Amino acid sequence: MAVSVTNAPGPAPAAATPASERAQARRETLKLLLRRPGFVVGIVILTFWVICAVLAMLEVPYTPWDPFDGYDLTIDNPAPPSSEHLMGTDRLGRDVFSRVLYGARDVFTVAPPAALIGVVLGALLGLVMGFYRGITDDVLSRIVEAFLALPVIMVALLTLVVLGSSSVVVIGVVGILFTPIVARTVRSAVLAERQLDYVTAARLRGESGPFIMVREILPNIAGPIVVELTVRFGYAIFTVATLSFLGVGLQPPSPDWGLSVSQEYSNMISGVWWPTVFPALAIATTVVAVNLIADGLQSVLSE
Amino acid sequence: MARFFVRRLALSLVTLWLLATIVFVIANVLPTDIGRTILGPFASQQTVDALNERLGTNDPILVQYARSMRNLVTLDFGDSFQSGAPVMPTLLAAMGRSAQLAALALLLTIPISIVAGVYAARRRDRPSDRAIVLFGVTSSSIPEFVTATFLVVVVGVGLGWLPVLANPPPGAGLITTVKYLLMPATAMAVVYFGYIARMARAGTIEVLQSDYVRTATMKGLSTNQVIRRHVLRNSLVPTVAVIGVQIGYLFGGIIGVEKIFNYNGMGQLMLFAAQRKDIPMLTAGAVVIGIVYMVATLIADLIIAWMNPRVRLDEGR
Repeated sequence: MAVSVTNAPGPAPAAATPASERAQARRETLKLLLRRPGFVVGIVILTFWVICAVLAMLEVPYTPWDPFDGYDLTIDNPAPPSSEHLMGTDRLGRDVFSRVLYGARDVFTVAPPAALIGVVLGALLGLVMGFYRGITDDVLSRIVEAFLALPVIMVALLTLVVLGSSSVVVIGVVGILFTPIVARTVRSAVLAERQLDYVTAARLRGESGPFIMVREILPNIAGPIVVELTVRFGYAIFTVATLSFLGVGLQPPSPDWGLSVSQEYSNMISGVWWPTVFPALAIATTVVAVNLIADGLQSVLSE
Repeated sequence: MARFFVRRLALSLVTLWLLATIVFVIANVLPTDIGRTILGPFASQQTVDALNERLGTNDPILVQYARSMRNLVTLDFGDSFQSGAPVMPTLLAAMGRSAQLAALALLLTIPISIVAGVYAARRRDRPSDRAIVLFGVTSSSIPEFVTATFLVVVVGVGLGWLPVLANPPPGAGLITTVKYLLMPATAMAVVYFGYIARMARAGTIEVLQSDYVRTATMKGLSTNQVIRRHVLRNSLVPTVAVIGVQIGYLFGGIIGVEKIFNYNGMGQLMLFAAQRKDIPMLTAGAVVIGIVYMVATLIADLIIAWMNPRVRLDEGR
């Protein structure tokens, strides 16, 4: 995003900058990002999982939902990793490698829309709170404060019990629970922005509140919003995995990683670690990758 | 100070009312047939109606709201759908056990994270700082239950050092209890290391750049003296704030950890309630954790006001 224009004066600053200059600024930002090893590692890991998600839809070694051919539930035990089953098989004789690959798909279909809902609603709310201040801000701030006092996992648990579990409900619930957090961040960014001259100028020109919020202020706080979107994406993976692990997220026989851990973890004690550890590693690497990217964006975009 | 406290307390009560209202809206206003949810799709309509009648879910919404507000004031959240017994005694007993686990986690994580954060700030941009920051980002982004599974596999099953189930045998002494709780507490502590260390680092870096620290250094104090006498008091203000916030969230993350280690705290209780659609228990759990969060942030704010007089003068007005 065009970070270099953050403090540019005048109306609609983004449009006032020549296109070539903006492209230049974007290249510089990218160069700064690529100089950070954490960011690059994050991108590499995330790309790996995106490729897995896409490939899994085309072809996996075994069907993720069924035992492999010839598996007999009554006599066979989960097989440890071997050349035939790279990550072994689980207690139902399903190939763990295929399930982990397929599970990547769930991560990229559930977490991003949840993060996006949270950021879009949160940004709108934050803009309104920061721009209008006064009684609107006071009332909304108290509600945001009350939401923040409730642990996300606990409220999600209650809501999913009331509404029933499905991908759509999980996306909606996580998105709405993220809204107040985003709103608070955006609100403080707007408070800093609204004192600048270009906002005053737009006011004096007689532009309407919604116009100033969306067309003048929003482009200038794009940096923090992009950071917030990445951070929320990380938390969305974290939260959705936890909800699936707790049994109120995605439902069996989905190869979702959190769900796989929840169904297999009790066998760890008897030494059957592979059906738990591989999905757990998949969750860990994905969230760490997203957070490394967020961390890099934060330090480059907020300078 | 008294004025600051009263103002802060009044705001907390408003937040508490709103929070209870949000939980009420989720539990009662969303278009769901609670009797049907509990009894499942195969129950006859008559039984469902009878259950809804008994649970009072057919009453006008305002009557239900008044009832839930009365519950909030008397701290009595009604009877469990599952057992019929009042939810509060069961919930409080379970919370007590969870609090032991949470206390151990905080005891592990707070000193280590503050020391690591301040150390990283002093070694800013050197390899040791980079390592601490990287470990912080990593540790705080991995869900508690994932860290817990790694610990179980490596420390519990692989090395056999610690028990993999967290319930200490009845009548266990302090040392035995700690031994049983150590692994789940570590799984939680790891997540909070990142948040607290990051705050301690950022706060210290900011203070180290201030004029009064330069003055202190120039008048000849050693680095350690400067840190102890001039830096910590100010640099730890944001750290105390983040610890206050995290104590509430601790009770969200604890659910997964208790499930992995089969610990009979409030997390297990909430999961049990979720499986049985025991809405009064879930509602009470959410509101009580909200209260814990608010008390924790209130205490954190008071400590901050005590550490930094400017805060209490500003807010007290």
